[in-house]
Amino acid sequence: MIRYFEDIAIGDEMELGSHTFSREEIIRFAEKYDPQPYHLSDAAAARTHFGKLCASGWQTAGIFMRLLVQKKQALEAEAKAQGNPVALTGPSPGLEDLKWIKPVFVGDTISYRRIVSGKTESKSRPEWGLIHGENHGINQNGESVFFFKSNVFQQRRDRR
Amino acid sequence: MTAPLAFVDFTPGQVFELGSYEVSREEIIEFASEFDPQPFHLDEEAGAASILGGLAASGWHTASITMRLLALGVLNSSTCQGSPGIEKLLWRKPVYAGDVLTARMEILAVRPLRSKPGLGMITMRLETMNQSGAMVMTYENPALFGMRSNNT
Repeated sequence: MIRYFEDIAIGDEMELGSHTFSREEIIRFAEKYDPQPYHLSDAAAARTHFGKLCASGWQTAGIFMRLLVQKKQALEAEAKAQGNPVALTGPSPGLEDLKWIKPVFVGDTISYRRIVSGKTESKSRPEWGLIHGENHGINQNGESVFFFKSNVFQQRRDRR
Repeated sequence: MTAPLAFVDFTPGQVFELGSYEVSREEIIEFASEFDPQPFHLDEEAGAASILGGLAASGWHTASITMRLLALGVLNSSTCQGSPGIEKLLWRKPVYAGDVLTARMEILAVRPLRSKPGLGMITMRLETMNQSGAMVMTYENPALFGMRSNNT
């Protein structure tokens, strides 16, 4: 993800690391951005099909993003230290098929992985291309809990 | 106290105005520092030099703000039991510091679930606009709802 658009191959796969969700951070995120009862207290969650306190799906997504950016920044630092070029990554125009497959409960450890699934040249922005990815979150029992298809602008080498 | 909105109370075409939310510079940087620490979400100059054209909120932040408006505007006074995911999310324009976002939700489809008696799936379309009326984000969001509120 620090390589130029041309140098990224479909099928490239990257482990992004993992995160353990604490009760405190689940409640803190929910109070600010997703104040539904099953994200705020065990008692309220027990009255729903979730059964116990679980993280907002947007928090699960936010942690994915944090680990992705941290991974990219570590690779960038490594490349710069070696004197290698680093391609710019742009913003994302959107995403598809985001699935919250299973709840993320207090104490769950989610490991995230990203696989390059496609590439599209940008007609409107010739200095950029779009990288399509499939992104997975898997809990400590090996169960898929999170998935989405991403689209992100990546700088082209030959149009700098 | 009125009964919570249940599956049977929603019909395709219904529209709910969800209220508005001012996005401060401090909050953009705070959210980005925790969840999306890319330079164009943290720093004016880096934002100005990017495709975004200025310090702009993480798209995940815009989605989270819209979630808050949806929860407080409708879901917390309904029988909602969570959502399996998000379809076709588009971040159509950057959200800049000081923007005031307004969200609305339209019911697209309603479908009882054979596999889960007592629950139905409702597909909502979310639209988030800025203070100029420009659409900044749209997505579709199926969610589970209890068929009837307990006290009806």
